[in-house]
Amino acid sequence: MINNSLKQLGDMLQAKKISSVELTQTFMARISQYNPSINAYISLDEAKTLAQAKAADVQIAAGNITPLTGIPIAQKDIFCAKGWRTTCGSKMLENFIAPYDAHIISQFDAVGAVNLGKTNMDEFAMGSSNETSYFGGVKNPWSFDRVPGGSSGGSAAAVAARLCAAATGTDTGGSIRQPASLCGLTGLKPTYGVVSRFGMIAFASSLDQAGPMAKSAEDCALMMNVMAGFDERDSTSLNRAKEDYTKDLNKPYLNKPLAGLKVGLPKEFFAEGLDASVASVIETAIAEYKKLGAEMVEISLPNTGLSIPVYYVLAPAEASSNLSRYDGVRYGHRAAEYTDLMDMYNKSRAEGFGAEVKRRILIGTYVLSAGYYDAYYLKAQQIRRLIAQDFTEAFKKCDVIMGPAAPSTAFKAGEKVDDPVAMYLQDIYTISTNLAGLPGMSVPAGFAQGDDGKALPVGLQIIGNYFDEARMLNVAHQYQQVTDWHVQTPDLSLLEGKA
Amino acid sequence: MALSIEDIKKVAHLARIEVSDSDAATTLSKLTGILGLIEQMQAVDTTGIVPMSHSQDLSQRLRDDVVTKTNLRDEFQKNAPALGNGSTEQAVAGGLYLVPKVIE
Repeated sequence: MINNSLKQLGDMLQAKKISSVELTQTFMARISQYNPSINAYISLDEAKTLAQAKAADVQIAAGNITPLTGIPIAQKDIFCAKGWRTTCGSKMLENFIAPYDAHIISQFDAVGAVNLGKTNMDEFAMGSSNETSYFGGVKNPWSFDRVPGGSSGGSAAAVAARLCAAATGTDTGGSIRQPASLCGLTGLKPTYGVVSRFGMIAFASSLDQAGPMAKSAEDCALMMNVMAGFDERDSTSLNRAKEDYTKDLNKPYLNKPLAGLKVGLPKEFFAEGLDASVASVIETAIAEYKKLGAEMVEISLPNTGLSIPVYYVLAPAEASSNLSRYDGVRYGHRAAEYTDLMDMYNKSRAEGFGAEVKRRILIGTYVLSAGYYDAYYLKAQQIRRLIAQDFTEAFKKCDVIMGPAAPSTAFKAGEKVDDPVAMYLQDIYTISTNLAGLPGMSVPAGFAQGDDGKALPVGLQIIGNYFDEARMLNVAHQYQQVTDWHVQTPDLSLLEGKA
Repeated sequence: MALSIEDIKKVAHLARIEVSDSDAATTLSKLTGILGLIEQMQAVDTTGIVPMSHSQDLSQRLRDDVVTKTNLRDEFQKNAPALGNGSTEQAVAGGLYLVPKVIE
């Protein structure tokens, strides 16, 4: 049951083969068993979760079922959920109880989905390994001494270890796609503006976007049907007609279902810096796509290398502004001892934020400070346009772009924690799509052997043009009809008994 | 431009984050590495390129000037921190938040 697709679970609920309470309790039992060692969840509230499951069963009994009614979902701890502790992985918000629901939380509530708990994450979503979380690192279910990626590392580990049916994530520079790649999941970062940011704790507002992390493209499509949509409370939410993201998935069977699809392969994504073991998995996936009828076209995204410098100006600049709200006055951490108001601000922020968050606030403050604005912030915004234009040119030659989602497989915990620049390079293939505002996804494409002999998942990245999520999901879905990488599961037996 | 300890302290002051002398030294070395990465931008000729702040160059939507928010003050005040300096009471009184005296 834990390995069933969302569609299968929905059918079982509708046919009353199982109740939402039973399904939820199955996942709750697994969480009790495995979460103490995996640490995928920061907050659990069994009473709230079960109350939602019971309400879903009543809804189903009344014949009022939608595809996600009664399905237990894990929510990244960046989303405010009324009455739930919402920490964003930070000591700053250790005791913060959300007074209202994020837009996507109310969307899940409205269809009767069940909230299993709040998942672990890098502090304020700043990280690529989940190691900056105040609540501790998360084990990669495929190899317990390795990181799950980040910042949505808890959501990724929870889906991979089957501690939920599906999860939500957010992606500012790769925080859905890189952990999806490292944990063997399907994860989608939609076009900027498709999913409301209301109630999602802000990191870099011009880049932040929420999306699904799940077992398959079909599951992601069902999640997107709930998450996407206009919300007037987010000033950058796009007012578009409601879309059915599953619409392309069930086309009649064809021998070459992707015939005519032009796939762009950016030469910069296969250059120096990509692990050979990852490159070989991606090449095999591309060969599979050719068998499905896709045509490969070489393209160039010449400014790819600049995306990291640009990102590490823009994201910290926006973060330094967004995180100025944590001042110890109205909510969040306040220092126990202080002399005056300034001292209270300085100490509360010094104590409440972790090292990486402070570094980014300082970088952001520096690049925005008098005399440096033009040289850094303005310059970065100009190069951001060049990066976006690279994609505009590329999409004249192809329908979707493919390449690796991350330059390596999951790395060992502690390996990059003292070297921020090495950590930042994890996002070399994902950041440019955030800067351009384009949708991107990671799809399980096989395994590469780690130096310890462990089989570690590799994700194929698919980048689409604006609002092309339904097509991308179909491109991934067709691949998942002829491959079984996405249904592989990690062996948790060595964790058993530790709980 | 190379950063100095004084730069770190000045920026930390602007960001309202207390840094000790030993923290400032560690921060200096990490930020120097990050700024080295950022410096790659300076090699690019960006003459005449319009800065991009929104991925689809959309301006912010306007809405009617009507009340859209409900009053959640009591809910919000439940999250107020402890007063500090020996008091574990919440830093609220009469619907307001309490901070150290700023006007003599």
